[in-house]
Parts: sequence; structure tokens; C-alpha cells
Amino acid sequence: MGDIIEQNQTPEPSEASQVDAFGAGKEPFSAAAVEVPSYTPRQTFRQLFRGDLGFIPVIITLAIVVIYFTIVTGGVFLYPENLSNLVGPQIGSVAILGLGSILVLLLGEIDLSVASVSVLCAVIMAILSERSGAPTWVAIGAALVSGALIGLINGFFVAVLRVPSFIVTLAGSIGYAGLLLHLLNGQATLPIRNPFIDAIAGSSQSFLPDSLGIGLPALGVILYAVGVIYGYVSRKRAGLRTISTTRLIVQIVLVAVLAVVSVGVLESEHGVPYTTALFVGLIILFWLILTKTSFGRHIYAVGGNAEAARRAGINVVGIRIAAFTLCSVLAAIGGIVAASYGNSVASQIDPTLLLNAIAAAVIGGVSLFGGRGSVWAIILGVLIIGGLINGLSLLSQGTDISEMVEGIVLLFAVTVDAVLRRLQARTGR
Amino acid sequence: MADSITPSVGAVSSPTFRGRPILQMRGITKSFGAVRALGGVDFEVYAGEVVALVGDNGAGKSTLVKTIAGVGPADSGEIFVDGMAVKITSPQMANRLGIETVYQDLALCDNLDVVSNLFLGHEELTPWRSLSEVPMEKRTLEVLRTLDVKIPSIRSLVASLSGGQRQSIAVAKSLLRKAKVVLLDEPTAALGVAQTRQVLNLILRLRDQGLGVVVISHNLADVFEVADRVIVLRLGKRVATFDVKNTTSEQVVAAITGAEFGELMSSGGNGASEGR
Repeated sequence: MGDIIEQNQTPEPSEASQVDAFGAGKEPFSAAAVEVPSYTPRQTFRQLFRGDLGFIPVIITLAIVVIYFTIVTGGVFLYPENLSNLVGPQIGSVAILGLGSILVLLLGEIDLSVASVSVLCAVIMAILSERSGAPTWVAIGAALVSGALIGLINGFFVAVLRVPSFIVTLAGSIGYAGLLLHLLNGQATLPIRNPFIDAIAGSSQSFLPDSLGIGLPALGVILYAVGVIYGYVSRKRAGLRTISTTRLIVQIVLVAVLAVVSVGVLESEHGVPYTTALFVGLIILFWLILTKTSFGRHIYAVGGNAEAARRAGINVVGIRIAAFTLCSVLAAIGGIVAASYGNSVASQIDPTLLLNAIAAAVIGGVSLFGGRGSVWAIILGVLIIGGLINGLSLLSQGTDISEMVEGIVLLFAVTVDAVLRRLQARTGR
Repeated sequence: MADSITPSVGAVSSPTFRGRPILQMRGITKSFGAVRALGGVDFEVYAGEVVALVGDNGAGKSTLVKTIAGVGPADSGEIFVDGMAVKITSPQMANRLGIETVYQDLALCDNLDVVSNLFLGHEELTPWRSLSEVPMEKRTLEVLRTLDVKIPSIRSLVASLSGGQRQSIAVAKSLLRKAKVVLLDEPTAALGVAQTRQVLNLILRLRDQGLGVVVISHNLADVFEVADRVIVLRLGKRVATFDVKNTTSEQVVAAITGAEFGELMSSGGNGASEGR
């Protein structure tokens, strides 16, 4: 990574001076009149992830986890069958819940009800499909609509009545857990036999055919490359400062390599699970929403300075309600995936589900203070948590050790967030 | 060029003040319960001039600015923008009339970059509803160049900018919205010497763009540097209007404190000792 930064640094001044000469000549304005190149801070790595320093410690943490477990397990950790286990369907649910949590965390709020909501929605789906014999789409649709309704309620209390989200969602978490017990009516486990629901994550066929498993990521990488190059060309044409061509190429190659490696690992075993495709698809969708639409920008603005956002004419209440609603809908999707994976819903909510979802987001670099972080954080966070659990179980350590380690890593991540934030503020003035 | 103390409205003290004011207020009153914060204040700004609004604490400066900004609408009185009678009942209304306020806290999102902050709430979109960054960046460069602002990059986070640069971004926001009148609340408070210089330069640039600029400040040195006229409020009344070209700061201090001008001069021009 170090040499990328170096490479990116050197071409910058020449690029800027080109713009200068160009702009001074025929453009009605020139970037160099405003942007003083000598002032350009060393932020190439940050720019790579749209202004977020949080990724460096996260990547280092992930590297430490991977290297440590590879060494102590004698390489077993990196075997494809283990890696595909690691990124397989069982973490899909946590990743989708975590993705929802990110939307709320970006506002500087928290949603403690995601786990309850996800199980409750799965229970609603299971009851409709198994007990009432409703069509599959009705059952799944009802789960999603329930998620949306719960999110609306959470959002209403937080945004309109200004009750702290911590309390609203804590109360919700307890209440919805009770509601699902009530709905299950004493049944501890409700098996799901609906073949469509089971096929989402819980059957031996829940994998994309190779053509799609390889084709979709390839298409994604091509679209990404086209998008980045199009952006580069249109900026160049507009006389704006652009990233260096070296960096452009490095960026595309990096994404392509990541895609090839992940797909390669999965394909060498069973193929790409539907769940993985689903959560990567959702992450890409929300990445586009957060970075390319005004709705997304307003979420960051509300998280950064709600008062400034309000004065800029942003509907702060609407943004908050929307984020809570999307979070709960994602929780419902996560619940459906988990129910499918287990071919059943249980009255008992896995106590680590909530912790892991929020911890994955925070460990991945999303700030608890709001306004900072990317949805890609969830992949890093899930990989770190998944890696810890997986690695420790390879060493036949139980959940006791893995939860203690996870706690330490979480504390470390939040500390890094708080310290970085202070450092940035200090250098800022 | 013009006469000394001119409490009259239509005083032509500089060539740019021709025609009717861009913003005019007549007989503005505002009470908070039994307290009369503004008792029939007249106020006017012309295009292309800087008006400093000064006064002691509790003189009614903030209250007056709030009535203009739409944050605390006036109880009674008339307001004209470009000669048209208007009612300003909300900040949005004020913005629509071309009145922008830069508050002391600047109202910037530290976690967003310069371009995002400038266009916050007014983003330009492509036909398929995604953010249209290239036109926004071009506009940003244009506006910042007009104001002669220098920053590392228009994509740097606002958190990484200096106090003066942040102030510039907040002001640029109003220029971008095609404001006719910009209100600046204590723009140089808490800034260092170089930063203050930068902001004063910015105010002059705004004036040169033909905007009416209203500056609220406690710092008379700054006021004398940029203002064309100084309007003094005391106890909710407009007590004096000065043309800075032929006014001394002692005169302004006297008007602010309500001390007799002669008394003040005889005490060696030290306004503070007589301040009552």
C-alpha cells in the first residue's frame, strides 16, 4: 500500500500545473486560482475512500488477524474451503443487519432493535407461509412491510418526538422480542418447509450458477471501470483537477483483483452463494445511494451537523425517519436470510447477533459520532469478526475466548475512531 | 465627500448609493413580553455598500438581524426588498427574497467537503437524479475565485480548513445562492490577524459584486476598515448613522454608549472611561 501513496504523490504537482497553464489560457476560471497545489495535504489514501482515515487501521487489523491465524493454523486458515466458509451464508445475515446499522450510525444514532426486528420479521414470514399457507411472495412481502413499519415507528419517536434513539430502540428490542414469542405462541422452533424461502440460503442449491457467479462480478468491475474513466474524462474536459492516471489504473486494478480473488475463492468450492450476491448487491446499491444521490449526501450532512443541514433546507426529520426505516427493512431482509439458512425460525434471539452487526459496522470504521464511514466498512468489519470467530474455532477455542477477543477489538476500533477524530480536529485549525 | 453625521435615510454619501435601497425597513418593533427590544427602527442597505450595525450588548442588533433573517419576525413595521413590500416570516422566505445570513457558528458540515457544503440542500442533479459533480465543482471554483479564496482543494473536508477559510466557504454559500443582501454576524470574532484580513477582504469582494452587506461587529477597527456606513443602535433605537470617511471611532463609541461627544473628547478620546 505504501508505494501506492508514493506513486500518487509524485504526479500531482505536474497535473496541477497543467491545469494551471490550461486554465489561465482559455478557461473563464482556473482551478489553480483557487486550489493552491502547494497546500494539497497528503491525503491520497483518504481520497481513495472518500475522506476517511478510518480504513487504514481497519485494514491493518484485518491483516493482523489473517496473518496471525494463517501462521498458528499452519496455513489452514487460508484454504479455500475455510475462506468460503468464512464469507459464506452464515455471515450474510450479520452483514445485512450491519449494513442497516450503518445508515443509522451515519446519523449519529443507534438502532439496538435490529436483531429483534430481524427475527420478528422472519417469524411473521414463517407464520404466514407455514401456518396460514399464504403464498411465498405474500409472506416475504409481509416481513419486509413489517420491517418498514417498525422502522417508521422507531424513526417517528426519534425524529419527531426527539426521544434518544438508544432508548427508543432498546424499548423496541425488548417489545419486539416479546411480540415474536407471542406470535409463536409457545413454539420454540418453527420449521420452514417452503422450498422457495429455503432456497435463499439454506439448501445445497443456494449458489449462483458459474455463469452468473463469474459474470456478475465481471460486469460489476467493467461498469466500475467505465464509471471511473468516464468521470476522469469528463473532469479533464471540464478543466477540473483530476486524479493521476497512475492512480486511476491502480484503483481499477485493485478493485478487479479484489473481485477476482473473492470470486476465485468461492468458485473453487461451491460457487457464489445467493446470500453473498445479495449482500454485495445491497452494499453496492447503498454505496451508490450514499455517495451519488442527494439523499445520501443529506444523510452525511445530518450526521455531521444537523443544525447546518436544517438551515440548508434539508428535511432533517424526513431523513432520520427514512434511515431508520431502511435500517429495519434491511434487518427484515437479514432475518429472512437467517431463517432460510436455518430452515426455521426460533423464539430465541441469538444474543450475539445485535452485537456482531453493530460491532462489524464500528470495527469497519463507521463513526459512532455520525457522519463518517462508508458502507464498505461492513465487509471489513464482518471479515474481521468472522475471521476471529473462524480462526479461534480452528484452534478449537470456544465462544468464550472469541467473544473476549472480539470485545477487545471493538474497544480498539472505537478508541481509534475517537483518537483520529481528535487528531483531525487538532490539525484542522 | 459627504457630510458628517447623517441620521437621514436618503443621504447620498457615495456614488454607489444611488436609487432606492435594496433592503429597507421602516418602524420595526419587536417585544419580548414586557421588554421592548426594538422600538421603531429604520434600516436600509444599498446595493454595493457595506453597512456596519454596531451597538452595545442588548442594543437590539441581534434582534434586528433576526427580523431580517426571518428567524424572529418583527411585531410591526414595513420591509421592502427592491422597493417591494414583503413580509419575512421564516428563514426560507428570507432566502427566497435573496437575503442570506452567515451566523457566527457558520453552519457548515465538517464531515463534508467544500463542494458538498456549498451545494448542501441545493445539489445539482443529472437527468437520472444522481449528483452532478462536474458542474458543481465548476461553479465552486468560479465563486471561490470571485471571492479570492485560496484553499488546498475544493474536495478537502471543511474540518481541515482554517477559521478564515471556513468563514469564506460560509460566505461563498450565500453568493452561490444569488443573494442580494448578506448578513454577517460577528465575522471576525475568534479569528487571528491574518484570518481577519482574509475575511475583511472577502467582505469587500462581496460589495464589489454589487451585494448589500450588513456586518454586525464589536470590533470598531474592522468596522472602519470595510464599512461604508455605520448604523448605531442603542436601547432598541437607531441613534446615529455615520459615513466612515469622515468619522472617528470616538464619535461612534460616543453614539454607542450614549456619552456626550464633547465630554468624550475632553477626556482624551478614551471612550471606555466614559462608557455609561
